[in-house]
Amino acid sequence: MTTTVFLYAAIYTATLVFLLACVVRTVRYARLPLHLRWELYPVPHEETVRAKHGGSYFEATDWWEKPIPFNLLGELKSMLPEMLFQKGLWEFNRTMWFLSFPFHFGLYLLIGSTALLMARALLSLLTPQLAAGGIGLILHYVYAAGWLAGAALTVAGALGLLIRRLTDKELRTYTVPGDIFNLLFFVVTLGCLLTGYLLQPQGAPKALALAKSILTFDTNLRIPAPLATGLVLGALLVAYIPLTHMSHFIAKYFTYHSVRWDDRPSKRGSVLERRVAEYLTYRPRWAAPHVGADGARTWADIALANPARGDKK
Amino acid sequence: MKKEKLRLSDMSKAEKVPLVHLENADLMPLPAPLDDPAKDHNWTPLSAQVQEKYECFLDDTCAVSVPQPKSRAEEEELVRKFLSGLEKLFSRENNWTFLQPLLLTIEHCAKCQTCSEACHIFEASGRNELYRPTYRSEIVRRLYFKYVKRGGLVSAWQHGDVKLNWPLVARLIELSYRCNLCRRCAQTCPIGADNGLVAHELRKLFSQEMGIAAKELHDHGSMLQLKVGSSTGMNKEAVKDNIAFIDEDISEKTGVEVKTPWDVEGADILLIHNAGEILAWPENPGAFALVLNAAGISWTMSSELAGYDSINYGLWYDDAQFARVALQHAEAARKLRVRKIVLGECGHAHKALSVVADRLLTGDFNIPRESSMTLLRDIVLGGRLKLDPSRNDFPVTLHDPCNLVRLMGVVEPQREVVRKLCPKFREMEPHGVDNYCCGGGSGFAIMSGNNFPDWRFHVSGRKKLEQVFNAFQDCLEPSIPKYLCAPCSNCKGQFRDMLAYYDLWNRHRILYGGLVELIVNAMTEVKPGFIEWEWR
Repeated sequence: MTTTVFLYAAIYTATLVFLLACVVRTVRYARLPLHLRWELYPVPHEETVRAKHGGSYFEATDWWEKPIPFNLLGELKSMLPEMLFQKGLWEFNRTMWFLSFPFHFGLYLLIGSTALLMARALLSLLTPQLAAGGIGLILHYVYAAGWLAGAALTVAGALGLLIRRLTDKELRTYTVPGDIFNLLFFVVTLGCLLTGYLLQPQGAPKALALAKSILTFDTNLRIPAPLATGLVLGALLVAYIPLTHMSHFIAKYFTYHSVRWDDRPSKRGSVLERRVAEYLTYRPRWAAPHVGADGARTWADIALANPARGDKK
Repeated sequence: MKKEKLRLSDMSKAEKVPLVHLENADLMPLPAPLDDPAKDHNWTPLSAQVQEKYECFLDDTCAVSVPQPKSRAEEEELVRKFLSGLEKLFSRENNWTFLQPLLLTIEHCAKCQTCSEACHIFEASGRNELYRPTYRSEIVRRLYFKYVKRGGLVSAWQHGDVKLNWPLVARLIELSYRCNLCRRCAQTCPIGADNGLVAHELRKLFSQEMGIAAKELHDHGSMLQLKVGSSTGMNKEAVKDNIAFIDEDISEKTGVEVKTPWDVEGADILLIHNAGEILAWPENPGAFALVLNAAGISWTMSSELAGYDSINYGLWYDDAQFARVALQHAEAARKLRVRKIVLGECGHAHKALSVVADRLLTGDFNIPRESSMTLLRDIVLGGRLKLDPSRNDFPVTLHDPCNLVRLMGVVEPQREVVRKLCPKFREMEPHGVDNYCCGGGSGFAIMSGNNFPDWRFHVSGRKKLEQVFNAFQDCLEPSIPKYLCAPCSNCKGQFRDMLAYYDLWNRHRILYGGLVELIVNAMTEVKPGFIEWEWR
């Protein structure tokens, strides 16, 4: 029972840490100041005719007098293949794609299957009759298959990436112990989970029972040691990911939507202009004399000064 | 002799000897007939005097020429300043302008090296580790986690470590000027990290905190522009004199009366050229004046401070200087109450004023900016001129300035003009937003100190040189004149110097020039032969 309590505590804590860390990181990036425009073309939400060749609304005469259409379909057509299949890596680094894609897609399958399992557990707690029927059985096979395939793909991908990192001269220069640890963490955790799942003794609780007991904090469940070890490692991994650069699933939203594709023009009286007006009151402290930032002058004062003509303000 | 692989820790080596040395045979091979490394130019070695006086121990060249510190204490003070600047780069008050993209890049690179394959400098150098886009960034990343985040041992284990000393800082100063800031690497990054931005931010740190920048960009660039109005040194009287001379010359040459309007209040368009055109390629502003007048456009030039020179070198190294120049441009337009600013054939001026300065130009300073590519496209396709494409019956290829295409999305207008007017037009491959930099980007085209041009032509311009050769592969004979259209002043500067370096005018009759010259060359009311087939 103590083991089970410890395991549940680890799972609950890890889930909480994961969510909190993701929120903190997201809020941190979202609250950073609006930067100067730094977009990179092609920008897929440009008008279809322009997006095809990577063009922008700057190609139109008097563009500011016309509505700038937002091509949502174009953006989705660019985003989805990137999110699901790593299209960019396929185009620009095929060798890496063959390792990175299974790793990431395996993770998607694991996350999806786990979500499905938890949904079924919840369903069976709320409406047992419905979950016990054909739908439940179908769900069982879907998440079991998804979980096994996901784990196999992720382990294969992580091992492949690990071997490549250690053997490829170009990657090795930039590989630090943390990178090796991260990949090994995935391999060991999923290895333990797979072993624990596949080699369960007779009478051991099935996945659904485990999920239900986690949801209801049923500590009477006896979980075999190999599976429990895998689950604790899994919990640790889940908590660890958002604390590292592996949280790039959050960063990528900002690098694309707030930087590469942010082509919003500033208009008089707009929200953008109001935000910049606030930044212009900041008092920087750059030390080079030509900047003239003494901590008292604002960004606007500095921008309006002309050091070449002797005026500092 | 087998060369040792460069490691990140080598940047901190105390010995003041270059980390890498390139031989012609190491470089990416060029197409025939430039394919023999033995026949390529030898690199001019740095003089002993330069090596004694300046910190030049990164590679074979020296772009910034930082004076050697006189004492250990001075070195330590410079390192302290560097650290202070590094902290400022990651603070809201000091660097709101680029904090978000910088932080995202520094904290999330997966080190997959996808970007390296896209970098023309890395490829042209024969894949030299020093020029890999992530080499520079990885040093900055490690310094960030160690000194800004104060990560300690766990951080060193998670992100890697690097020893901070003056040699490392001195090498980083130079290394920040081995990137064209073309951001082709960023375009391919699966995460969206931007190693070009890291080079940009490093340059800012050195300029804004330590007062260190390439003198061509700062002293002779933005400071001169803010002092007299133009980095060429022309004040308003000089520029008006020069334009009057150009008007006269073009009128005589074309048989069409040309007069450039100055300071016309309420004009529709304020046209701002890169003033370098006025001195180096006067036929370009002359051709603009002829075309705009013939098309019946209401336009003017401005004699206000910086109102006649669209360059903004701050874009490449200093946010304060960048903002100051952008505001001068907007002020010139505001005073004249024009409807819009049109930027002449200058790529970085396009991106600086239209894109990057967009959020700085608030209130009355927010005057619409437009590309001359669009205006010229409208004039040509709108039937406002009588044009005869057979006058341009020679092979033409089009260079895409990075600032216009990948960084601003102006891709088609210039193509529409060339397709309409040049029957023998052929594209370079790749082109458009996938183009390669000319090798002169980020200020390199105007940086000629020490032996930097050798590096610029051998390494940063090499990929473009290959593209130009490939585009004209079917007509390399010197009997066929060929036109390399580069609608950007800095790119033209790079082409002028690089084509001359390889003697490609004499050997293959490859001439470079702008877009508007092709339009005037095709105008039926103009005397034939506006484009003169002679080297300039």
